Amino acid sequence: MSGSAIRPDISKLYHAKMPATWWLKKPAYLLFMLRELSSVFIAIFLVVFLIQLSQLSDGPEAYVAFARKLSSPAWIVFHIVALLFALLHSATWFQSTAVVMPLRLGEREVPRALVFAATIGAWIAVSAVILILFLVLRG
Amino acid sequence: MGEGIEKESNMAEPNVTLQVTRYRPGKDSAPTMQSYSVPYHKDWVVLDALNHIKDQIDGTLSYRWSCRMGVCGSCGMMVNGEPKLTCAAFLRDYPAQEIRVEPLANFPIIRDLVIDMSDFLDKLKSVKSWLVRKVEKPLAEGEYRQTPVELEAFHQFTQCINCMLCYAACPVYGLEPEFLGPAAIALGYRYNMDSRDQGQDLRREVLGGHHGAWECTFVGECTEVCPKHVDPAAAIQRTKVNLAKDWFKSVLLPWGTR
Repeated sequence: MSGSAIRPDISKLYHAKMPATWWLKKPAYLLFMLRELSSVFIAIFLVVFLIQLSQLSDGPEAYVAFARKLSSPAWIVFHIVALLFALLHSATWFQSTAVVMPLRLGEREVPRALVFAATIGAWIAVSAVILILFLVLRG
Repeated sequence: MGEGIEKESNMAEPNVTLQVTRYRPGKDSAPTMQSYSVPYHKDWVVLDALNHIKDQIDGTLSYRWSCRMGVCGSCGMMVNGEPKLTCAAFLRDYPAQEIRVEPLANFPIIRDLVIDMSDFLDKLKSVKSWLVRKVEKPLAEGEYRQTPVELEAFHQFTQCINCMLCYAACPVYGLEPEFLGPAAIALGYRYNMDSRDQGQDLRREVLGGHHGAWECTFVGECTEVCPKHVDPAAAIQRTKVNLAKDWFKSVLLPWGTR
């Protein structure tokens, strides 16, 4: 790009390098990195879940054997961590939705906090319905 | 500068230490920090303290400032690591005895607290930040009129004062200086959303290009530090939505153009 502006002598400028630990400098940066990292845990969870489904198609023995493997402490810890990351991912997703898709009622924009609260509410309601269906169908 | 108003007679005037970045081009190989002791006043901002240093202690200190009332966008610096307009950063809001004042992050340093903004100015221009008409209306037909609702669609994004705090807060820009960046994309969005404008097709190449909106990972700090509540993060994400819509239209509709 070129322009007519007067430019400083490039050879005398000082260029600072961003340290590799930049994301530790601000809580907001760290939260961003955790949000990005959450996708890795969700991806691993989905791969495990798909394997679990394929085991199910291989018959009850294969499935029970796999389920036993998953009940080891390491896998339980993994699933707890993955659940926490999934919650973070979902919450930040709804937060982003309120920013990306502004909702208008008449001439006024609906406050973002309200959009966020409504989507979180809907999410909890849908989760509750699924949980109840699961418990009913199971029992 | 409001001196002496708060002075208490039985106490020595309290002081605060400013740690200020010094860089002399051609002489220093890297910036160093220099500390100055300045009087503390409840109604002083960091810029007042810098002006005190320049006037009373060390005339060689260089920094930019102009209006000292949050309008011109010249005095942006890192105050304790946060991008701030120093004319709006009150000493009383920094309870520690020491305040660190550094040039805006992510920009090359020219001297002391002065950064090189030519890259930013190029980027502002690259989004065609003016009303584009396919055919200009003859003057006799009058102005391009707009309803309040049409104005509301982009008004917030006209509030930018080009202070570059958002670039200093953006790690994507820090890591990838080619990135178009928050203020420039917000400005492109502002003109795209203007009912009088017809330049969306011309801006698409830059806004949707390799270093355009898609490079943004939505850290969101640009919006947090913006002194004018412009919300560049929202402008960038909505630009992505519009680009995606344009792309689908161009693929799905036979009359869509690319």
